[in-house]
Amino acid sequence: MKLAIKLAFKNLIGAGLRTWLNVIVLSFSFVIIIAVKGILVGWDRQAKNDMTEWEIGGGQYWHEDYDPYDAFTLEESHAPVPGEFTPEIEQGDMVPVLMTRGTIYPQGRMQSILIKGIDPEQTLLKLPTNKLDTAVAAIPAVIGSNMAKTKKLEIGDYITMRWRDANGTFDAADIFITGIFTTNVPTVDVSQVWIPLDSLQSMLLMPGEATTLTFRNREKARQDTGEWKLMTFDELVSDIEEMIKTKSVGQSIFYIILLILALLAIFDTQVLSIFRRQKEIGTYIALGYTRRGVVGLFTVEGAMHAILAALVGAVYGIPFLIWFANKGISLGVSSADYGFAMAETMYPAYSLGLIAGTTILVLVATTIVSYWPSRKIAKMNPTEALRGKLQ
Amino acid sequence: MKKVIVILLSVFSVAAYAQPTADEIINRVDKNMSAENQVVESQMTIHGRRASRTITSVSYTVGDKKSFTEYLSPPREEGTKMLKLEDQLWIYSPTTDRIIQISGHMLRQSVMGSDLSYEDMMDDRKLTDVYSAELTGNEEIDGRQTWVLELEATVPDIAYASRKIWIDRERYVPLKEELFAKSGQLLKRSIMSDITRVDGRWYPMVIVYKDMMKQGEGTEFKITDIKFNQDIPEYIFSKAALKQ
Repeated sequence: MKLAIKLAFKNLIGAGLRTWLNVIVLSFSFVIIIAVKGILVGWDRQAKNDMTEWEIGGGQYWHEDYDPYDAFTLEESHAPVPGEFTPEIEQGDMVPVLMTRGTIYPQGRMQSILIKGIDPEQTLLKLPTNKLDTAVAAIPAVIGSNMAKTKKLEIGDYITMRWRDANGTFDAADIFITGIFTTNVPTVDVSQVWIPLDSLQSMLLMPGEATTLTFRNREKARQDTGEWKLMTFDELVSDIEEMIKTKSVGQSIFYIILLILALLAIFDTQVLSIFRRQKEIGTYIALGYTRRGVVGLFTVEGAMHAILAALVGAVYGIPFLIWFANKGISLGVSSADYGFAMAETMYPAYSLGLIAGTTILVLVATTIVSYWPSRKIAKMNPTEALRGKLQ
Repeated sequence: MKKVIVILLSVFSVAAYAQPTADEIINRVDKNMSAENQVVESQMTIHGRRASRTITSVSYTVGDKKSFTEYLSPPREEGTKMLKLEDQLWIYSPTTDRIIQISGHMLRQSVMGSDLSYEDMMDDRKLTDVYSAELTGNEEIDGRQTWVLELEATVPDIAYASRKIWIDRERYVPLKEELFAKSGQLLKRSIMSDITRVDGRWYPMVIVYKDMMKQGEGTEFKITDIKFNQDIPEYIFSKAALKQ
């Protein structure tokens, strides 16, 4: 076997430019697969981090009627916070959020919004709720940068907000924008106004009530309680995982085409080698090589392209991928356009699994396309082959 | 004798200048405006920021519990029908050939993009049942003397916490109404005009509804024809009539 590998390597290097062209094309596939997959891994990691920090913490309890995709459920989805959570809330490890629908009228334009009440002293989420602890004549409010941009609002603006209380009675008051935050999580930004929880509870005639409870500790064993449904971290990020999975399938088409091109070149090379090196094959057999041995030799020779490609890819790929991971890639779309947590600049992340997986994939694929034409050798007549007669 | 004449005169003069109570005024308005049934043909013009659109319809109403409306134009809305029975509302759309019940939060949506919500149309409770009214003054609107009534909600489940209504002192017709939020913020204003005498009662033929927090000219509701106490077949007020 050692001899076969040595021989295969010598043959491969001896083929000169043809080998190196194949190797370079294959190495492109290597680097591109890792780079593209790295973006998705980086997105996944970034999205989950951002969602944890801005919205879901270690998980949430939802009121049983709450449906984030149906704003109309908000009128029924609220209940007093269970007493069993009081210690956790007091320690700052759980944050109740009350939600309702409302309307604002910036520059006389009617805009539907989601009004969210949160404790100004909370530290569990990255929202700058400390800015709600401001003594102003109107209700202090913080909004996201997307909301500020689309509704043309700035810090220091007063706007009239209208809502309905628990009885359905209209009420209206001015809010004062005390802070604008920038986040990659559109579900805490787009068309939303954050105000102090106490204010919202009294505005809606819902003292001590909430719609969701976000907790910090992901590991603690929990279960549904009363009207509150447990939403684990994994359940809350399942949407983004599904999305990335779909994207991954879409993107794989791109690099599969690239890989096929490279493999096609190797396949072609193998076919040509077997056709042109019939005398050599005959000599091997005459010298005592078994047919399977010769097939193995040619397969190893082809598969070695992948090893060389990995080495060549590493030479230029490692510096490129490191640079890419630091520089990131800007897709020119904001998270609000997508509706998912997504940074404007994505930074790829490469795991050992990703690199090992890609190497194995390319190696296996190259071995298969190398073996495929080599099978012909097994059917060759060695005497004819030795004479160099075409078969 | 002289003393008796003085007393009688003063009693008559007090009686002549005595103002009716707020509830009495509201009841008189109800009496003037409501009929056993009515058939109204109307045009609703919704003024948008860029353009306006007019929707014509015919409505059959019996008391304040039953109402059937059919939209006649524009072509997009033609054939759409709305049936209100007690506190239930159904809409039939010819494009989908389906009847949809409008309930719960959906009642809070705007009617055909206007400044009116379904709920505004649905609330048929008598004002005196849900508000305590107070006569707070007299004002002149377009040359007509009016009483100004201020109404405060007495029940919790009501959309507007207070209202202010200007009633024509002679014709017992509201000329203006303002609806307020709990905080006192003015939310909506209606202006009634073109007061016409129809079958012995005074009726506003044009009503302009305006969401006061929104820019724009609001929604103009113009009655082109109104008939009281007609023979309206009972089958009209059934769900089956929606698909006919």
